[in-house]
Amino acid sequence: MTPVLVTRSLAVEVAGIRVCHALDFSVAAGQCWAILGRNGAGKTTLLSTLAGLREAASGTIELNGRALTSFSPRELARFRGLLPQDDNDPFPATALETVLIGRHPHLSRWRWEGADDLRVARDALAAVNMMGTEGRDVRTLSGGERRRVALAVLLAQQPQLFLLDEPSSHLDLSHQVALLDRLAALARAEHRAIVMALHDVNLASRYCDHVLLLDRGSAVAGPAADLLTNERLSDLYGVPLKSVRDNGRSVFVT
Amino acid sequence: MSRTSPLLVLASLVLLALAAFALALSTGSVAIDARSVARAIFGFGDETQRAIVRELRLPRAVAAFATGGALALAGALLQVLLRNPLADPYVLGVSGGAAVGALTAMLVGAVAWMVPTAAFAGALVSTAIVFGLARGRGAWSPTRLLLTGIIVAAGWAAVVALILSLAPETQLRGMLFWLIGDLSAPPATWTPLAAVVLVLVAAMAFARDFNALARGEMMAASVGVDVARLPWLLFALSALLTAVAVTVAGAIGFVGLIVPQAVRLVLGNDQRVVLPASALGGGVLLLIADTLARVVAAPAQLPVGVITAMIGVPLFLVLLSRDQAR
Repeated sequence: MTPVLVTRSLAVEVAGIRVCHALDFSVAAGQCWAILGRNGAGKTTLLSTLAGLREAASGTIELNGRALTSFSPRELARFRGLLPQDDNDPFPATALETVLIGRHPHLSRWRWEGADDLRVARDALAAVNMMGTEGRDVRTLSGGERRRVALAVLLAQQPQLFLLDEPSSHLDLSHQVALLDRLAALARAEHRAIVMALHDVNLASRYCDHVLLLDRGSAVAGPAADLLTNERLSDLYGVPLKSVRDNGRSVFVT
Repeated sequence: MSRTSPLLVLASLVLLALAAFALALSTGSVAIDARSVARAIFGFGDETQRAIVRELRLPRAVAAFATGGALALAGALLQVLLRNPLADPYVLGVSGGAAVGALTAMLVGAVAWMVPTAAFAGALVSTAIVFGLARGRGAWSPTRLLLTGIIVAAGWAAVVALILSLAPETQLRGMLFWLIGDLSAPPATWTPLAAVVLVLVAAMAFARDFNALARGEMMAASVGVDVARLPWLLFALSALLTAVAVTVAGAIGFVGLIVPQAVRLVLGNDQRVVLPASALGGGVLLLIADTLARVVAAPAQLPVGVITAMIGVPLFLVLLSRDQAR
């Protein structure tokens, strides 16, 4: 089966600083990847490059076996979706209107959202546990609630490849777990591919089968079981970490 | 927030526009009843009435409607472009360039038709300067564009002050009227109205993209909006509209800021509704304001910019407090 995302000797730079070079990795449908690294390691930059929103310094990216550069913005949006790190809402809009933005790439220029799109958008709001807020102005929602609406936009977009930048930020513990359960289910049951930048190494070890570690300009990608070790993580974050077994799971503590 | 059907709202705005036209064509130093107005438009009836309606009032009403529509539509587009609900057609320096062009033409004693031509040229020059400077080495951001526009506008304001201080007293009144916004000598042409209609159709084709862009550049890029090119389309369309409006009527304030805001307060922020409703609402507001400007202090004519502010400001404050109460 063609991998959803493949990079070949990918090099990414931001403001002259190297994020990664000679990066080869391949994401298959049904996999869930975490990108881990310190602040400023380039997680966001790498995600936007993978999303096709900025150019790679060198190397190529393929989506579904096809060069990323050959996609039109619209085609791209039907294949991959990106949850940005920050949500900004300068204008009033209801939660439902906001989520309907996710249907944009599926509608032709003069088409209005139909009953199907409304159903998809309502399901997406329900999936992030935000039903009942359809008519609320998003600017009156809390930070965590806005985050969940932003996630619902991505769900309504229904891409094959989900790219998420800190999806768990602003979320309380119960919603972090609910969100990642939901994403893991998307990968498992609907064979979507998930790549997300995460701060919390324990969320990565619990939910992701693969990880990509970004460390001072070089990147290592592979199965979580191989890469999430005490030595590597201590080195990555520059603080000593050790793992503790709990209920058959490894939990990393400082 | 409950929303009424967009079609219903637009239909009522069209009816309102027709009523405003009827009012504008029948009021003035010679009152003409609605039936005579209708007959005069189609070339029947009394010869004097025909001349008044077709040669004096209709061109002015069309110019007022087009100018108001252009300003409000330009404001709505710029507010999406800059992702700032406080943006106004004049914020990017377009009217400043037009003012320098127009006042220079007046200062050197150019013949009447050259004033609007110079204004249009000034608007385009200013747009090109802001466009070129804000683009820089390809990096683009609303903040950069806004700053460039504000600085260029400040430069133009200084030149306007210079021209005003150099101008002979006899010309000052005409210059001030131009700066406040004045429709007493409209061009007898349908071009401004056609420009507004064309820009509206072009903008409607991208209205859903604008909806996404209003939610931030990353969000828009994620759902497939061409965020590299779309801002330039917005900039070009709004600059063209502003140049047209300024050329027809000078610098009329408030319409471009207040009408899209009011539309949003009442109808929400779907650009597919906001854009046509702003164009219609702006046209109606300016048409009514201009009718008042003609009759309030008759036989003297007030600058229409004064009236738009007098109607627009309280109307907006009422809408704003109503929104807060919800």
